[in-house]
Amino acid sequence: MRDVIIALMPATIVMLLFYGWASLMVLAVSCVGCVGLEYAIARWLMHKPQLFNGWSAGVTGLLLALNLPPSTPWWVVLIGALVAIGVAKMSFGGLGQNLFNPAITARVFLLISFPVYMTNWDLTGGFIDSVDAITGATPLSIIKEGLKSGMTLDEVLLANGMNPGTLIRDLGGSGGEISALALVAGFLYLWIRRVVKPWIPLSILLTVILISGVFHAVSPEQFTGIEINLISGGMLLGAFFMATDYVTSPASKWGGVIFGVGIGVIVMMIRYFGSYPEGMSFAILIMNCFVPLINRAFHQKKYGRA
Amino acid sequence: MQKKRRPEMSKLTFSIGGIHPADSKLARECKIEVLPLPSKMYVSMFQHLGAQAKPIVAVGDKVKTGQIIAEPGGFISAYVHSPASGTVKAIAPRKDLAGFNVMHIEIDVEGDEWAEGIDLSPELVTAIPEDREFILDRVKMNGVVGLGGATFPTHVKLNPPPGKTAECLILNGTECEPYLTSDFRILLERTDEIVVGAAIMQKVLGGCRCVIGIEENKPEAIKAARESVARLGYPDIRVEVLKKRYPQGGEKQLIDAVMKRQVKSGGLPIDVGAVVQNVGTSLAVYEAVQKNKPLITNVMTFTGDVVPAERQRNYLFRIGMPLSFIAEQAGGIPQETVKLISGGPMMGKAIACMDASTVKGTSAILCLGEATRRHEETPCISCCRCADACPMGLEPFLLKKLFTAGDLAALEQNAVQDCIECGCCQYSCPAYVPLLDNIRIAKAQVMGVIRARNAKK
Repeated sequence: MRDVIIALMPATIVMLLFYGWASLMVLAVSCVGCVGLEYAIARWLMHKPQLFNGWSAGVTGLLLALNLPPSTPWWVVLIGALVAIGVAKMSFGGLGQNLFNPAITARVFLLISFPVYMTNWDLTGGFIDSVDAITGATPLSIIKEGLKSGMTLDEVLLANGMNPGTLIRDLGGSGGEISALALVAGFLYLWIRRVVKPWIPLSILLTVILISGVFHAVSPEQFTGIEINLISGGMLLGAFFMATDYVTSPASKWGGVIFGVGIGVIVMMIRYFGSYPEGMSFAILIMNCFVPLINRAFHQKKYGRA
Repeated sequence: MQKKRRPEMSKLTFSIGGIHPADSKLARECKIEVLPLPSKMYVSMFQHLGAQAKPIVAVGDKVKTGQIIAEPGGFISAYVHSPASGTVKAIAPRKDLAGFNVMHIEIDVEGDEWAEGIDLSPELVTAIPEDREFILDRVKMNGVVGLGGATFPTHVKLNPPPGKTAECLILNGTECEPYLTSDFRILLERTDEIVVGAAIMQKVLGGCRCVIGIEENKPEAIKAARESVARLGYPDIRVEVLKKRYPQGGEKQLIDAVMKRQVKSGGLPIDVGAVVQNVGTSLAVYEAVQKNKPLITNVMTFTGDVVPAERQRNYLFRIGMPLSFIAEQAGGIPQETVKLISGGPMMGKAIACMDASTVKGTSAILCLGEATRRHEETPCISCCRCADACPMGLEPFLLKKLFTAGDLAALEQNAVQDCIECGCCQYSCPAYVPLLDNIRIAKAQVMGVIRARNAKK
């Protein structure tokens, strides 16, 4: 757990630099809320204080904060923490028992309950002044709206002041989404430390590359390309840190690959054909449901039972 | 096309799981010392796999060192010999090291007068008897059992059932358990005898090839064994270097490492043409066949992280010496000891009773301190480190969950009966879940179900 927190530090720092005090508030409320709620629920509601695990609750809090726009009001963040810890985790029996990833469950709950707060991105107020201040929707939703109104992809991008060539720095997004590099660095740390195995993230990203590559090649006016799909939205945060959650992902290598491919397919279908601009959270939650089944079907290779 | 022989330097290892615990071979430089005789010895009737041995002496009988005092109680069983000369004082149940009551023959030691026909001279006898039956008979009559841990009667293992032939005799000199150094010491000090023992077993098995497998952390032993093999000139004995990795010395893992074959679940090594014997067993076979000397001595290590460097020991002990006597000879159990283990830290058994006597399979008295105390268990998050570590490819976290749920059918489906109880899962668990403790009970229950089902057929 400590390793996961360390791995999330680059992304957290980038988020703070870009979004400033507002995101620090979100981060603080989320982490304190998650840890505090887990302690309170374990101690006074379930009467099993041993179920409290500060590091685990902290990771959930951190991930939730990285999943929320910096302008989210504190009480919305707190509701998110309650959903993550109270509903998604403790009601299943606490650490290790939950079926769904707590932070994603909370994000999706908030997205449906408070869509206005959850899709508005204020890029003002960062500690560093490297980004032109933008207030508005995220690139994926801008593109989706644009495509719906009949513009081609490049027209949409240019009309919104984005350069179709280099998107990386210009993409607004929830706290943790804005820096692909920071997320990659964190993931590499986890990989090298052997905390996570690469099968799940790699199979997600490869599936996304394959699907967006083919669709974009067939109809570039209609479908976004590989690059924007890889680095926008919750793709990297989800693939590296949410889909790899031990508790809610398959145990075996090939189970992990199936899980990852499933997420990749679902997220691309939602992005291309669904009514939401972004589908990473939904994709992970949907595949979370299949984990018990996948675990039944896939086991690791046993000695002497070829 | 002839298969290309691997270069001499490449190291072998098994293909699934495994861990790298700290070596801690603290007693590796200690030469084997011979322990004096205690005034009393207690010889267990249950120091081999299979049926208990049946005493053939009566209270009051005079016995000589090496004299048979109990005979096999079944096909899979072994002869037991007197470890000293003296008088049979009692034949009665007595606690073994785990605290179970087991029949023992108590001997009042009066001296060390050996029985007739035992060659006590130190000369190396390299000429191997021609008669296979003679060899097998000597191995059987001298009570030789596997000294690698399972104490399976050696004459049974050396006599494969009809239709099965041995292709490779693997001599297990891996000693992959931390702390233990007895195999390492005999590989250094009794090298030639071990190699002759290997040649004898090769002969009995019909002239198969032989591989002596030694882990890379014992370069001196590898060198000694290679020199001895070259000097003695027996055909087709090869010393192979194995990677340091636990449980390299597990029978199934060693076969996988050396022969690249896997024993089917529920099968025997001979099914894939393998016979695995410990180097200690090879020494015992040498003594039994060439010297007609019964298995009444073995080498053990007195060690542990709380035992000071100058008190680390490798002992040649008589089988039947009480553990307390050996500990006394070694200067006592250190005050800081929190765990007393017979055998290695991974697979050894907790000593419940220091008055218990040593048995043929005793390999160490291990005194471990505060650092090895168990941690408090926290929830399993399915990180699967246990599954990565399991050398049998099982999923220990799943087995533990199924055991908690009491689902014996699912446990069998998930191969709990294949568990070799090596402890890799528990070692690797970051949540300190007592995986093996649970799996061991689950395995015993499932084995019971399987046996009952087979009996019905």
